[in-house]
Order: sequence, then structure tokens, then C-alpha cells
Amino acid sequence: MLPDLDQLKDSVLASIDEAGSLDELDAIRVDALGKKGSISTAMKSLGQLEGDARREAGQALNTIKTAVADAIDAKKAVLARAALDEKLATEKVDVTLSPRPEPEGRIHPLSRTLEEVTAIFAEMGFTVAEGPDIESDFYNFTALNIPPEHPARQEHDTFYLTPDDEGKRKVLRTHTSPVQIRTMEKVEPPIRIIAPGRTYRSDHDATHSPMFHQCEGLVIGKDIHMGHLKGCLIDFCRAFFGVDDLPVRFRPSYFPFTEPSAEVDIGCSREGGGLKIGAGDDWLEILGSGMVNPKVLENCGIDPDEYQGFAFGMGLERIAMLKYGIPDLRPFYDSDLRWMRHYGFLPFDPPSIHLGLNPGGAK
Amino acid sequence: MKFTWSWLKDHLDTSEDMATILDALPMLGLEVESLVDNAASLAPFTIAKIETASKHPNADSLQVCTVNTGKGTIEVVCGAPNARAGLVGVFAPVGSYVPGIDLTLTEAEIRGVTSNGMMCSEREMMLSDEHDGIIELDDDAPLGESYAEWAGLNDPVIEIAITPNRADCLGVRGVARDLAAAGYGTLKPLQADPVKAEGDSLITWNIDASAADLCPRVTGRSFSGVTNGASPRWMQQRLNAVGQRPLSALVDITNYIMIDLGRPLHAYDADKISGDTLTIRLAKDGEEFTALNEKTYKLDGEMITIADAHGADDLAGIMGGERTGISDATTSMFLEIAIFDQISVATTGRKLNLNSDARYRFERGLDVTSPDTTMDYVSAMVVSICGGTASAITEAGAGADWQRQIAYRPARCAELTAVDVAPAKQAEILETLGFTVSQNSADDWAVAPPPWRGDIVGSADLVEEITRIVGFDAIPEVALPRLNVVAAPAVDAAQKRPHTIRRLLASRGMMEAVTFSFLDAKTAQRFGGGDLALTLVNAISSDLTTMRPTIMPNLLAALMRNNARGEADAAIFEVGPIFPADGPEDQRTSTAGLRVGMTAPREWTGAARPVDWADARADAMAVLAGLGVNTDSLQTTTEAPDWYHPGQSGALCQGRKVLACFGAIHPAVIADYDLKGPAAGFEINLEDVMLPKAKGPARPLAQLSPYQQVSRDFAFILDRSVTSEQLLRAIKGAGKPLVSSAVVFDVYQGKGIADDAKSVAVAVTLQPTKATLTEDEIEATSSAIVAAVAKHCGGTLRG
Repeated sequence: MLPDLDQLKDSVLASIDEAGSLDELDAIRVDALGKKGSISTAMKSLGQLEGDARREAGQALNTIKTAVADAIDAKKAVLARAALDEKLATEKVDVTLSPRPEPEGRIHPLSRTLEEVTAIFAEMGFTVAEGPDIESDFYNFTALNIPPEHPARQEHDTFYLTPDDEGKRKVLRTHTSPVQIRTMEKVEPPIRIIAPGRTYRSDHDATHSPMFHQCEGLVIGKDIHMGHLKGCLIDFCRAFFGVDDLPVRFRPSYFPFTEPSAEVDIGCSREGGGLKIGAGDDWLEILGSGMVNPKVLENCGIDPDEYQGFAFGMGLERIAMLKYGIPDLRPFYDSDLRWMRHYGFLPFDPPSIHLGLNPGGAK
Repeated sequence: MKFTWSWLKDHLDTSEDMATILDALPMLGLEVESLVDNAASLAPFTIAKIETASKHPNADSLQVCTVNTGKGTIEVVCGAPNARAGLVGVFAPVGSYVPGIDLTLTEAEIRGVTSNGMMCSEREMMLSDEHDGIIELDDDAPLGESYAEWAGLNDPVIEIAITPNRADCLGVRGVARDLAAAGYGTLKPLQADPVKAEGDSLITWNIDASAADLCPRVTGRSFSGVTNGASPRWMQQRLNAVGQRPLSALVDITNYIMIDLGRPLHAYDADKISGDTLTIRLAKDGEEFTALNEKTYKLDGEMITIADAHGADDLAGIMGGERTGISDATTSMFLEIAIFDQISVATTGRKLNLNSDARYRFERGLDVTSPDTTMDYVSAMVVSICGGTASAITEAGAGADWQRQIAYRPARCAELTAVDVAPAKQAEILETLGFTVSQNSADDWAVAPPPWRGDIVGSADLVEEITRIVGFDAIPEVALPRLNVVAAPAVDAAQKRPHTIRRLLASRGMMEAVTFSFLDAKTAQRFGGGDLALTLVNAISSDLTTMRPTIMPNLLAALMRNNARGEADAAIFEVGPIFPADGPEDQRTSTAGLRVGMTAPREWTGAARPVDWADARADAMAVLAGLGVNTDSLQTTTEAPDWYHPGQSGALCQGRKVLACFGAIHPAVIADYDLKGPAAGFEINLEDVMLPKAKGPARPLAQLSPYQQVSRDFAFILDRSVTSEQLLRAIKGAGKPLVSSAVVFDVYQGKGIADDAKSVAVAVTLQPTKATLTEDEIEATSSAIVAAVAKHCGGTLRG
């Protein structure tokens, strides 16, 4: 006897809807679709019908069977999700705990500054030249037009190494200027180099360190004049400090290896106690420079009637301190981790022209 | 170089104010170092006299004084021990600001007595630290007048830095000359009427042949009947202002002229000179003399001295002798105005470590004509201040050969500096500075520098003189011509490496340090260096005497300091020079890293563990990989320097060449540096690592096999002396080309294994490239691996 199909459908779907667990749902499935289930039993009784009645009842039963199967699947997903939710609720953690430690390294401000300086001068066509820290008297002084007993020598506070058997004593270079000589001896003009490196003077107090860093510059060509010196160094200062209208002042000075010689000052303001680089009522000395002395060119075998050029030198610590607001010199060499964490730079944001010279790309 | 504003105006006729001059000086190359202008702060202070002083009724340490201020008499309470009736001092009335105590005075009741101002000490006016009592002035100081005016303290004091080439500006007159040339006034003529000469000089000059080349010219004369009392007030005030202590008139005159004209002089007491001749000669080796500073110096045969019949008593150009020096009782003075060789003076001063204002000027170079051109000026000053009569002039030496012509083209100025200065203007500037210009033709000038400009030797010097007077502001800004449209790299492959390594190691959590290139001798020796040739003779501290043979001791010391500050866990590195020897090619660029303590601070995941040799090996291999080394091809030896743990250190080699060493730091070294935990480090000399061959930017084609890779694990029993490197080499060799990787995943030694053996488990990955592997192929490769391990390593599969 075929049951009332509508009633059968409604009753099975209602029980699916009410099922509270996957087990319950499975029992309902067996009751409806199992071998002896209500729908399967109704299917079996189709044989008692004839012709159109059998076909119609069969179609109706199939529709019911599909609807029930879909309803079970849907309910299963709902129940599974609820079970998962319940399980996950027991896995709650304290997400405010610190993550696994990943120590962060830092680049020293001097290395950072050197990279910035190099990036700017690279843009102006300079390449990097190098020379030894232990120098001969000739390269450090004589070739640079500083003969023995010259008063300028006394101002260098030179470190001397133990003399050799012949009484010759080497020096720790007091400036990076010897690299000018080494370069001009090796390379035919035109020349455009910077030479950064360690330098040494026997001076140790709050503002002097026995070892410090300089960056030398040298440009030699047939018609390089002091206007180029001025343009080049103004361009550098404005790019390095990131101040487009930075005032830059050139004052006459004296270096034995340049003639004329100029000290370079940048504008600053000390209003309110803090130092601000830029237009202001005061000046800061940051560079020495000048046109290469003809005698120095001659010492290097370059004809001063054919070639001329300019040279400059700056203290890397000084420009780093000014740019990054580092007040004291001595901690540069002390490796105090607290200082390194504070003033050091992350390694993944190096200075470049296209992405900016300053960390984070800030002007 | 210090001078006062009024002193400058003695030489410079100018209507410019001081601010304008102060702005002008640095642009001429004369950097202003300081300005002390007391005029405003000292304005309230006047001269007053204590008429009576009596004990304060309520305080033992105070006195109540009646003070005559010149305008009336008032009552002042004073605590100074020297306050007494009759004292003439400095008075600050009610309402004045007293800088030394940072107080504006009010009418105050002090212990019941009203005080109407105060009598001041030098410290209260911030003139010095003197605070033992109130200032005591001359009895005849004018009451009621401005103290600053009377004492000459309202004359602003200017200090300028003089570069070594500008010896001419070590005198006020030279500074005035520069300002005049730049249009800030005119240089006044030097007032120098010749004094009347009476009789021959008591002393005559003789230049010995030994010193003929070193003393081209000397003049002198004696002054008889002089009175050597105190110098005039104006002179004392100026000398005090520039930091020269007034002594006596004759000495003060020589010091005054030294500042005024930059011309050091020497005055002898003529009566103390033995004989009637002073001889300028080279000293005898070992000859001694006692200088005015009361120290005795032993001279050598290269030093110029001035001697009388008794012997040497002057170190030429540096310091006079005590024996023939001026005293207050001197009545007969002999004056020396000489030129000595600059280098000789500098050498002597350096050898004897004797500095003086005179030496400073002599070694920079004087006006070589000054023995003749300043004699009248000096003589007039001596006679007018000290009285007496001057003798005829005595002289020796033909004079320095200073006159020279510099060939010059006016176009040179624009060629060198890009500043166009009309030739007429160029000539005018040079002439105002004392040069003589002969214009043979438009582009052929002969320029003769003045005798006070020994620094001028070539046309570039003339261009500098012209442009600094015109002003460097006139130099145009010209961008350097661009060499390439797209800028080329500034560094080559080798120079790029330090930058790469810094980023790499910082990315691995290490802090970059920059430490000194020198360290103490004992440490240098301990770490494989310390050659005498690398040792400083004039180190500033015994900690910094010797060039470092390696960076490692500096990192150890750095972490010791950090440990002591409570930073227990740290990782630092440095990239910098080391000095195996002292030749220009010997210096190496090295990198070293050091980790100490735990890999991380203690925290809740428990990830932190003590650092060990494997951390250092990882750092070293990362650096080598960063430098382009194929680290798969490296061999490891156990040879590392003796500051590493002998059983936990090694070297990474290419063939026989050591590229890096690494390891746990030797426990004895850890103890020496008082490190609070384990430490491990590495060292790599960059020059030891060959630059990779330049192959261009293109990569070889990637070989990505479509066939499934297969993993097989093996566990071998091996003798403990067999290294994992040997084992893996055997496995990879046997499994070629199928084995794509072989990784040790477990090492065990202990229970169940023979005492001298260990079990090493290796995961081997086979990667077919032509077809999926069959079981037979896998089995054949496995057998080959087992056989190779047996043959090369004596290993057996663990049962």
C-alpha cells in the first residue's frame, strides 16, 4: 500500500530539520533512505501500481528521495560546522603574547652615511677609490705639499709607527687626501673619485676621536674650475641634508694641497635650543675644499698647464651627527647595543637615488 | 690671534661698525672664533671709595661701609675680608644686574641694616674666578666714573683663527691691511719718526759663518738711561685683553709690538751681556742655557743661538735667556730685531718641545724686511715710554733674498675660479695688499709679492688673493657636466662586498659595530699580531698601541662591555681593515661576527637556546654565499686559530685555501673577557674569497623535472671520527645523478651503539629527470649508496 507521499515528504524533512547531531541525522537517513527505510519501502511497493499511476508515483517518489538527500547533506554541513565551531572554541589562545623572537640587526650610522654620500656622488659620476691606512710620509704629507717642519704638519697630530732599520717611520694617515695622490699616480685624467676611509689623529676628547672617518673627493679635467667645485658641493649638501634651499657658504681658507682653498659652511638655526639644518641665522662648518695646488699635480706627474681640478674632504661622523641628530662622537666606536638599536638603521631600506636617500623615503 | 676693536682701529681708518667688520673677516679667510664685549654687562659698575668701615652690629663677618660713589655717600653692607676705609673699588648701585650672582640688586635689609648696593669682586662681574675679596683699584681712580671705561674693559676683544699661510695676520696691522684691501677702510701709515741716535750701540751684532744661511738679517741698538717701571695703563689694558700678562715696560713693549705688527722682538739687559758683541751662531753640541721660563735646555749643533763672551743665552726666534734678561732694575737695554730661518726655528722648537708666541710667528715667516722697517717704530715707543736715549743702529747680514717675480695672466683668474675680475681691478687688489704689479702686456704680468707674504709662490696664489678679496660669493655655481645619461655604479665588485655583507649580517639579527683599528700590544700578540712595525711610537693610551691583526678581540671587548651593562645576549659584527703587515698592499678588509649568550631573550615559546659553533658556521656560510661562493663545494677542516674551542671550531676551505674560520670561542678567552655565557664567532678576510667570474646577468635555464621525487631515509653506524661531510660526499657520489639532496637529520651515540661509534641518519632525495623511477632503480641507487658508505666511510646500515 503506497503511503501518502506528501505526508511522507513533510514528515522526513521535518525530522531532518529537527536533527540535533550527526548521529541523529544518520538515523533519519537510514529510516528514510535505508534498505528498509520509509522511502525505499514505498519504492518497492510501486510494483503494485499499473501504467500511468505507477509512472507518476515513481516520479514523485524520486523527487522526494532527491529532496530528502539534499536536505540531509545541507543539514550535515550545518551540523559539521557547528561541531567545528564548538571544537575551535576550546582552542582559544592569548594572541597578545609576543611572537617568537627574531633578533633585529642594525647598520651602523657611519655605514649608512657612507652609502648616502656614495649614492649622491655616484649620481654625479664619481667612483670610489681606496688607499691604505698605514701610509708613508710621502703620500700623507710631502706629495700633498706639506714638507717636513711645515706648520700645517704640526696641526695634524700624527700617529707614527715604529721606524724601520733605515729610520723611516710610517704614519697612520691623518686624512684621506693621500688617496688623491695614489689615484693621480695611477689614473690618467679626467678623474672623478671619492675616497672614504678611516683616518687617525692623536687627539682624544669629547669632540675628537683618535680614529675617525673622512671622505675625500677629487675631480681633475681640462676645464674644471672653482664654479664646478661650488656647484658640486652645493648639490651634494642639499641632497645629503634633504633641504632644497639649504644655504651653502664658501669662505677662503688654507690647505697646503689646494689653492685657492675654501671652507664650506651650511646654514642652520639654533632657535629654541635645538639645531636645525637649513636657512637660519647661523653657519656650520662641514667641509674643506679647494682647487688642487699645481705643485700637487706636478708631484703626481700631471701637467698643471693642461689639467686642473678640485678636491674636498669631509668628516663622515660630523655629517652623520648633524643629519641624524646624534649628539656625541665617542659612542660611535663603543658598540653599546642600546645606542646601536637607537641610532642604527634597518638593513632592508638602503639609500638610493630612485627610492630616496632617507629611511622610509622621507625627504 | 686676539686683538681689541680699538687696537684694530689704530691701524684701520674705517667708518664701518664692528658687526660689519666681524662679518667681513671670515669671508677674507680670517675666521672669527670669539667676540668678548663686556661694554653692556659692565655699564652699571662705577668706581667708588669706602670712606668708613665698621663692624655690623648683628653679624661678625659683615661690615657696614659708607661709600663715596662720586655722586654722594651711601651705606653698603659688605662681607669681603678686605673691605676697609680708604679702599677704592667697584660699586654696583641698586637696580644694576650683577652677572656673577645672576641678581638684580634691590635696596635690601641685611641683618637689620639697609644696604644700598654692593662692592664687587671680579667674579661677581664675571671678569675672572677671583673672589677672595672685592676689587682694589689705584687710589687715584676717578670716583663715579665707569669702571669698564677706566679699566679699558669696554674695548671688545676679537679672536680670529689664522691659517698657517697667513703669518702676516699674526699682527693687528696685517688684519687691518686685509680689511683695507677689501674696501672696509684704509690702512693708516705706520707712525715712525726716527729717534735721534746718540753714540754707538753698546753692543754690536756678529753673525758667525755657521749661521750665515740661517740669519739673513739682524738689527739692534742700545737704549741708555731707561726706566723700566710699569708700562702705561693703555698698554697694560690691551695686553691684558689679549691674554698677555703685563710685566714691565720694556718687556711689555716687546710683547705689544709682537701683537701689533706680528713682529717678535727681544730685549737684553745690555749691562748683563759679557763683552760688547752678540754673536749669532750654531750652538755647540751639549751647550746649555737657561731660558726665561727658568728651564735649562741642552742644545745641539743644528740650533741657532745668540751668545756673548760668556756663552749662549738665547734660543733664536724662540726664547731669550735668563742671564741676560730684562729686570725691573734694567737701565740699559739692547734691542734685537732679527730674521731666522723658519725651518730651523721649527725644528729646534720641536726638538726641545719649547713653544712660544715668538716661535709660532718665526716658523710661519715674518716680514723679512722688518729688522729695518720697524726699528724706528719700536725705538720711538721705547724712548717715549721708558725715556733714555737710543744709540746708532748696529746691524749684520745682507738681508733675505725675498724679492721674486711671478708670471701672471689676468685671464688665469677666470680660468681657475670662473670669476671675471677686470684686469685693472685685479691689479688694484694686489697693490692694496702690498704686491707690485708690472704689466708687460695685457696677458703678461710680473707680480712681486710683498716681503710679508712668503706664502705666495705661484699664479694660483695670486688668483686666491684676488678672489678672496672680491669675495667667494662671486664664484658662480656650475653643475659638474654629466658623464653618462644613466649614472654608472660608483663601486666595483670588490668594493660592493662590504655593503652586501653589512646588510646580510644585519638581516641575520647582528648589530654592526665600528671599532678602533688599534688595540693594546698584549691583545695584539694574543691574537696573532703585535709586530713592532705595527706598533705606534706615540700612542695616546696603552690600550691603543698596536694595529689589530683581527677584528675578533674588539668584538669580544665590545660584548664584554655590553655584558657588564646587563645585555646578556648579543650578536655583533664588523666589516673593516686588519693589518697583517705594514706595507701598502698588506692591509686586508675583514669581517668578523660574534654571538654571545642565548639566541634570544628568555620568552614563553622557549625558542631561545645557547649560541654554539653551528650558529657561527651558519653565519660564515651565509657570508660566503653572499660573496658568491658555491658553499656545496666547500671542505671543512678542523683548523681554526687558538682563540676558538679546539673541538668545536673549523675552517671552510676551497681546496687548500682557507676562506673562513668559525667556532665556539675558547672557554679561556671567554673567561679572559668575562663573558657571561657561551660565545661563537667567525672571521673572513674578503680578499681571500675570489670574486665570482663575471658571467653576465643571464642565468642558466632552470631544470624543473616533471617527474615525482622520491625520499629514502638511511641510518648508518659509523666510526665517530667519520665526519658528516665525508658521509654525504660518499652518498652524493654514489647516487649521481639521481641524488638531488642528502641531509643529516639525526646523530646518535650512546646506549645500543658501540663506544667508538655513532649512528647518523640521512634523508636522501632522488630526483629523476627522464622518467618516473621504478622500484628497481630506487633499489639499485640505495644499494650503491650503502656500498659507497661501506667503502669510503666504513659504515654499515643500522639494523
